[in-house]
Amino acid sequence: MLSIRNIVKQYAGHTALSDVSLEVKSGQIFGLLGPNGAGKTSLIRIITQITAPDSGEIFFNGQKLDQSHIERMGYLPEERGLYKKMEIGEQMIYLARLKGLSRDEATKRLKVWFAKLGMETWWKMKIEELSKGMQQKAQFVATVLHEPDLIILDEPFSGFDPVNAEIIKNEILELNRKGATILFSTHQMESVEELCDAIVLLNRSKKILEGPIKDIKSAYRNNIYLVEYEGQQVGINGAAPFEVVTETAGEDNLHTVKVKLKAGSTSNDLLQYLMPKTRINMLHEVIPSMNEIFIEQVSKIA
Amino acid sequence: MNKIFLIIQREYITRVRKKAFIVMTLLVPALFAGMFAVIALVANEKDQTMHVVYVIDNNGSFKFTDEPFVKFIYPGGSVAAAKKNLKSDDDLVLNIPANPKDTVQLFARKKTTLSLADDLQGKMNDIATGEGMVKAGIDTARLHKIKSNIVIKSTEMTATGEQGTNIGATYALSFAGAVLIYMSLFIYGAQVMRGVIEEKTNRIIEVIVSSVKPFQLMMGKIIGVGLVGLTQFILWITLSAGISYLVGGHTSPTNSALHSFLHNLGANAGYELLCFIFYWITGFLFYSALFAAVGSAVDSETETQQFMFPITLPLLFTYILSVSYLFTVPDSPLSVWLSMIPLSAPVAMMMRIPYNVPGWQLAISMSLMVIGFIFTTYIAARIYRVGILMYGKKASYKELAKWFFYKE
Repeated sequence: MLSIRNIVKQYAGHTALSDVSLEVKSGQIFGLLGPNGAGKTSLIRIITQITAPDSGEIFFNGQKLDQSHIERMGYLPEERGLYKKMEIGEQMIYLARLKGLSRDEATKRLKVWFAKLGMETWWKMKIEELSKGMQQKAQFVATVLHEPDLIILDEPFSGFDPVNAEIIKNEILELNRKGATILFSTHQMESVEELCDAIVLLNRSKKILEGPIKDIKSAYRNNIYLVEYEGQQVGINGAAPFEVVTETAGEDNLHTVKVKLKAGSTSNDLLQYLMPKTRINMLHEVIPSMNEIFIEQVSKIA
Repeated sequence: MNKIFLIIQREYITRVRKKAFIVMTLLVPALFAGMFAVIALVANEKDQTMHVVYVIDNNGSFKFTDEPFVKFIYPGGSVAAAKKNLKSDDDLVLNIPANPKDTVQLFARKKTTLSLADDLQGKMNDIATGEGMVKAGIDTARLHKIKSNIVIKSTEMTATGEQGTNIGATYALSFAGAVLIYMSLFIYGAQVMRGVIEEKTNRIIEVIVSSVKPFQLMMGKIIGVGLVGLTQFILWITLSAGISYLVGGHTSPTNSALHSFLHNLGANAGYELLCFIFYWITGFLFYSALFAAVGSAVDSETETQQFMFPITLPLLFTYILSVSYLFTVPDSPLSVWLSMIPLSAPVAMMMRIPYNVPGWQLAISMSLMVIGFIFTTYIAARIYRVGILMYGKKASYKELAKWFFYKE
C-alpha cells in the first residue's frame, strides 16, 4: 500500500529523518511510534505531501506518490483546527470538496455520519460554539468523509474522554474492516497493542525498530515465566532449570514466582521440576509490553 | 484549478455574508446620500421671511419693484421717523443719500442677512448704471441685447485633436481613485493577512494543505478577498449613483453643479475608470501577496508590525506626495519614476492620469505592475509555504530569506 524508501529530510539546524524506510501493507493498522521530536510528524507531512523529502521515494499502491493520491488519503493532524466562525455542516462539506467529493455526495455522507455519531443537531452550529471534544469528533468525521484508502491519524485519541475515545476507536476499526489502511502515530502504548498490526519505532530521526507487533514481542521474549502454585513454599536449588527473579507469597498459601529459564530449558522442564513438589495453578510467559519495549529501545540509544 | 475555485468561493462567501461587509456596503452610500441631502437642503433653504424695506430715497431715481419676499414702501419723511415706525424685526430702512456715491445705509433691528444686503446693493448698482447710461445717451435696451454671458471652457490641444476638458472634474475623479486605491490596498491587504494568520493559529492550515497546494490556498485567498473588494466598490458605485439619481431627480435645479460635474466627466471618466480598475487589481495582487507572506511568517497580528512598516512605507510616501507634489508637477522625473515603480505606481499613476500621460509611460508602468505582482507572488508563495507550518519561531528577515531558499 505504502512503501517508503530511504527518506531523508533535513531542516536548517537538524536532521528530521535520516534514511527511513518502511512498508505499510494494505489493510493494516500501522503504528508510527517514537518520542517527541523523533520525526513522526515530518514523515507524516511528507506522506501527505505537505512537504517534500530531500531524497528518497514514496510509492502509493506501487505508483510513485503524486498529487493524484492526495484525494485517497485522509489526514487528522495532531494539532486540530477548523474555521471557528464557519457553520460545521458547511465547513465539512467544504473540506470534503477539497478532497474531490461533489457537494451532493458530501452532504449525503455527512448526514449518515452525523446520524451515526449523534451529531445531527450540530449542522448549523459554529465551531466556536462546540466543546473541544465535539470539535475533535467533527474533525475526525472530516478526515474520513471522503472514504480514503489511507487514513493517517496523528494522536487520534488525545482530547477525547474515554467514552468518545472508545467510539472513535470502534469507528477506526470499522473503517479498517471495510478496507482502509490506517497509519497512526501515538504515544499511547495500550492503544498500539490493542489496535496495531505492525509498527515502526523512530528515535532521533532514525528507524530503530519495525515489524509486526507479534514478531517484535516474541523477539523481546526473554524466557521469563510467571508461576503460581498453592501449598508450602517450594525450596528451589541449583538443579532447577531456572533462576528465581522474584518471589511473592500471597494469601491462602498462594505463591507467585517470576522465573527466568536457564539456557536450553523450556517451560516443560520448568513444569517437570515443579510438579512433583507442589500444585501449580498457573504458568504463563511474561512478554514485555510495547511500553517496556518502547522505553527500553529509546533509552538504550539515548 | 477546481480546488482554487472552491477556495475562492469560500473566501468570498464567508466574507460577503459578514455583518461588517453588509453594514459597510450600505453605510457608505447612505453617508453619501446624507451628504447630498444636506447640500440640497442648504441650497433650497432660501430666505423665506417677508421683508418690508422702507426706502428713503433722497436721490429720487431708485424705483425698486416688489419681489415675492421683499416689499418696497416709500413712506417719505425722515429716516428717524421711518426707523421709529418699523413694525417688525424683519423690516428695514434703506437710506439713500442725494448723491448715491455717498454711503447708503441700511437699518434694521437685528442683523440683516448678507444675501439681502447683497441683493439690494446689486439692484441699486444696476439702477445707477442704467441711469448713468441713459444720461450718457446709451440705449440700454440695445446694450442688453448685445451683452454676452461669457463662460470660459478650457480646451486641450492633443495629437488626436482638440478635446474639451473639465479640469476640476477629472482631477477630482483621479484623486478619488488614488485615495480609494491607497485605502483599499491596506484594508483588503490586511484582510488577506488576517485570513492567513487565522488559518495558521486555528491550525486548520495543515488539514487544508494536505488537500491543496499552499500556493493554491494563497492565491484562492487573495483572489477571493479581491473579489470581495470589487463587489464592494461596484455596490457602492451603483447604490450611490442610484441614490444621487433619486435625490438629484427631486432637486434638479439646485444640483445643476453636480449634473454638470457628472456631464463633464464624460469621455475621460471611462478612461480613468479603466485605469483605476487596472491599478486597483494589479496593486491589490502586488501588495496582498506581500501581506500574505507576512501573515504566514507570524503567529499573531501583533507581530506583523516589523514587516508591515517597510511594505507600506513606499505607498504612504506616495500618498503624502500626491496632492502637494504629483498634482502640481506631474511630469517631473520623480513623478514619472514613482508612477513606474510598482510599489508606488497604483497611487502615483492615478494622480498623473488626468494630465494625459504619454502612452509609452502608461505601457511601461502597466507592464511593470504585471511583472511586479508575478514577482511578489512568487516570492510570497515561497515564504508562505514554509511559514504557515512554522510555529513559535520568531521570524526575522534572515529567517524569511532562509525559507525562500528551502527546497519544497
